[in-house]
This record gives sequence, C-alpha cells and structure tokens, in this order.
Amino acid sequence: MARMKFLCDADRCIECNACVTACKNENEVPWGINRRRVVTIDDGQPGERSVSMACMHCTDAPCQAVCPVNAFYTTADGVVLHSKDICIGCGYCFYACPFGAPQYPRVGNFGSRGKMDKCTFCAGGPEPDGSPAEYEKYGANRLAEGKLPLCAEMCSTKSLLAGDGEVLEEIYKARVVQRGYGSGAWGWKTAYRETVSS
Amino acid sequence: MQALAAPLRIVLTAVFLAVAAIGYPAATQAQSVNPTKNAVSEEQLLQQFKTVRGLGTIPDTKSYTLEQPAGRGWRHFHEVTLRWIGAIAILGMLAVLVVFYLSRGMVRIESGRSGRSIVRFNAFERFVHWMTALCFVILALSGLNITFGRPLLLPLMRPESFTAFSEWAKYAHNFLSFPFTLGVVLIFLMWLSGNLPTRVDVEWLKRGGGMIGHDQPPAHRFNAGQKLVYWIVVLGGGAVAVSGYVLIFPFYGTTIETMQQAEMVHSIVAMLFIAVMLGHIYIGTIGMEGAFEAMGSGTVDVNWAKEHHSLWLEEEGARGRTGPSQPQPTIVAGQ
Repeated sequence: MARMKFLCDADRCIECNACVTACKNENEVPWGINRRRVVTIDDGQPGERSVSMACMHCTDAPCQAVCPVNAFYTTADGVVLHSKDICIGCGYCFYACPFGAPQYPRVGNFGSRGKMDKCTFCAGGPEPDGSPAEYEKYGANRLAEGKLPLCAEMCSTKSLLAGDGEVLEEIYKARVVQRGYGSGAWGWKTAYRETVSS
Repeated sequence: MQALAAPLRIVLTAVFLAVAAIGYPAATQAQSVNPTKNAVSEEQLLQQFKTVRGLGTIPDTKSYTLEQPAGRGWRHFHEVTLRWIGAIAILGMLAVLVVFYLSRGMVRIESGRSGRSIVRFNAFERFVHWMTALCFVILALSGLNITFGRPLLLPLMRPESFTAFSEWAKYAHNFLSFPFTLGVVLIFLMWLSGNLPTRVDVEWLKRGGGMIGHDQPPAHRFNAGQKLVYWIVVLGGGAVAVSGYVLIFPFYGTTIETMQQAEMVHSIVAMLFIAVMLGHIYIGTIGMEGAFEAMGSGTVDVNWAKEHHSLWLEEEGARGRTGPSQPQPTIVAGQ
C-alpha cells in the first residue's frame, strides 16, 4: 500500500499560485478558505524560496491526537481525513497543526467557527466515494478515480509532487543529483519525522 | 540594394553571435556562483526562530507561517500532562475527602442545636452564590468533556450523539462564562471586606481550623479556610475568565503561541479549581452539620455560629441591637 505524501521542491517553485487556484476550483472550496497556500521565505533576498503548503497528512497526526471528538481518521494510504458531521469546530486541531492546515468558514467568536475544512489530498471524506454529499462537504475525490491531487498535477514546474512517498523521494533525489543542489523536502521532518537524504 | 541587404544581414548576425559566444563564458565566470544554489535552509530557520515564516498573497496573515512544530509540545500537554494533572487533582481530592469522611465523619454541632437561628447570607448573596455555583458546575463538566470525554464518554455513545452533546456543551461553556464571570466579580466585591487576612486567621490555622479533634478556634464572619476558598475563587476564577475570553475571541491580538498558552493556563487552573471546589462542596454538605443552611435558607443555628464563627456572632449580637442597617443580622426565636 502506498503512503501518500506531498513534496514541494522549493528550488523549482516559481510562486505562480496555480496549485492554490487549482485546489479552490477542483474542490469548490468556500470563500475565505485556503486549503493550500504558497509562502515565500526571504522574499526579495538572494536565496529566497517559495514553498507550496497544505495539510501534509502527517504520520501520527497531531490534529487527530488532540481532537476532543475523534473527528479524524487516517486512510490506508496514509491520508488524514476528517468527518464534518463529527467536528464541533473547537479549533484545537489548528492549535496543534504544525502547518496551519485546518481552516474554518467563520471567524470563530463564541466558538462559532463552523465545521473545519482542510486539504483532503483530493480524497473526499467518509461519505461514499464520488457521492454528491461527499463533494459538497469535502470536494473532489480524485484518489478514488485513480488520479492524484490536482494541485500537484497542475504544477507547471513540477515543483509540487504528490503520490507515494517512496517514489517522490526517488524523483527528488535524482533531481538533486542532477542539478547538484537541493534545499530539502520542506516540512518532511516535522510531518513524517524523516527527511530525504540527498 | 536589395541584393546587398541579405548578405549584410547574415554578416551582422554572425558578428552578433560571435560576440555573444565570447561574452557568455566571461559573464558566467564573473558570477561563478549559482544564485539559486544558496537557499534558505529549513533546519536553520527552525533552529533560529522555532517557526518558518515568510510572505504570502492571501489576507490571512496566519497563513504566512509555513511551519510551527511547537504544536507538538502543546499536543503532549493536552494529551498527557493535562490528563495527569486533572486526574491527580480531582481523584486525589476525592480520595482525601473519602478518607477524611470515614475517619472524622461529619463535624457535628457539639452543643446541639439551640433552636434559635441567625441570618448569615441575605437573598442577594445566596442568589449570587448559586448563580456562580450552577454556572461553575456546567462549565466544569463541559470543560472536563473536552479533556476526558473522548477516552471516557465516547466509547459509551454513538459518535454522532457524542458530537451533538459536545457541541451543546461547547456553547454552554462559552455562554455561561458570562454569568459566571459576573458572579465572580460580585463575589469579589460583596465579600471582600470580610475576607482580608487578619491575625485571627493565623491562630485559626495553627489550631487546624477545628477540623481535626474537637477544637473550635474563634473566627469572624469568614474563617481562614473560607478566606482561602474566597481568594481561590476570585483569583482562579479571574484567571480562568481572562484566559477563557482569549480563547473565545481567537486571534484578537493573539498568535497561535498565545492561544496555546491561554489554553494551558485555562485548563490547569480549571482542573485545580474543580479539585478545590469539591472540597468546598464537601464541607458545605456532608462535611459539617448546619453548614448548608447558611446558603440554603440563609440562616444558621446560633450554636453553629458560636462554635465556628464566635467573633462574628458577638459582632452581630452587638450590632443587631444598635443599628438595623446592614443585611438584618437579627436573632430570631424558633426555627
């Protein structure tokens, strides 16, 4: 069984935000919610890097651990999903998440955040695969159709990769060998407690 | 001219290409460093700042933080540390109370009931007490549900039912915080004068408050133990209220770190608060004969007052005859 992961090759990201747009469109993400975002570090400085970030689908996910109502579950592919029927919008997953992935439809005063929304690795939710109910709550279920997340599929420089972690690692290592440098797999140590040794 | 133009163009192009070809290696030699090679390093940033922060393009500035592994520490607190603190404080207090009750039993009115009673708390004081107390109980249970509900309650219910319960508990927790805070403020104001520490308290504490043995150290309206409860309610309630309002209005001048810290302060103080209140409930009910009436009907037996608040009884007796201004401390015959 594959262990699904994201890998953003920061040496290739050109901050075009196509991944962000693709995600919003494919999943009909509500206004104000960004499941994916691009952050530029040292913007304008030599050595600046842009990284596209969403839920990293952590091993032993912190959101899943702190959730007071057990709304999260990890699929056999290592994708961390949640049930909006179980979520009570307490905000704890946002406090625990190392990547700021959980998003809420409302501001959250008096605990009125609404149901949490986050990247699903384009794998929907607990409803039957491809059902209208699933699409309405969680967006597309591309994984069930044998497709990878659209953000990575759309990436014009193939900076953002999605798929089986071992394959991603091989691709990234080959790139680093070929070009002679690589700023590493951002977030991997935090999310998976391992890095890509290049 | 037309015939000449084409060859000229070819020559010019050739010259341009030749210059470019010579110039290009020179340019690369001058730079010699690959500008994309020396990138910012994730590891270095994490070591230096504990977070990786950059610039984004969406209005939500929280999203400019790329990575914040600190959530892991908070997770450990929430999952492990807090549950131990809560379990030890609450179960420990219950154990102490059970042992105490079995060894000491109910503290009796030694000289028996006199049949005469004296007003101890007026209607307003009792209203404030019970409003705060009722809010506290619901706040405590709904708060404990957030920490202990998943391991203890969820296995007994359907997940949907547990969610429905937890969501209502969350709203109850958020909105009952307002009358609770009001209650704490009123308690602070209306009982402040009786709860400032005096020399009598030292002796009361030295004599163990009469809880062990059959000693009855003198006390004014509030003895040192009650003063302790008062200040725990005022300060603990204040801390819980302030940290709670930080949590209820997320990210108003707070960052994710301060939100995590607010949750830690809120939950630790609350756990200890619950433990202390268990002790308070014990002594006000089965722990002491004649104590519940003070907050129940508002009057206590004169002999109870004599044994536990002798100085207060004297003051009330003296004042009751002279000035009928304050909360009517009259001694009435009969019930």
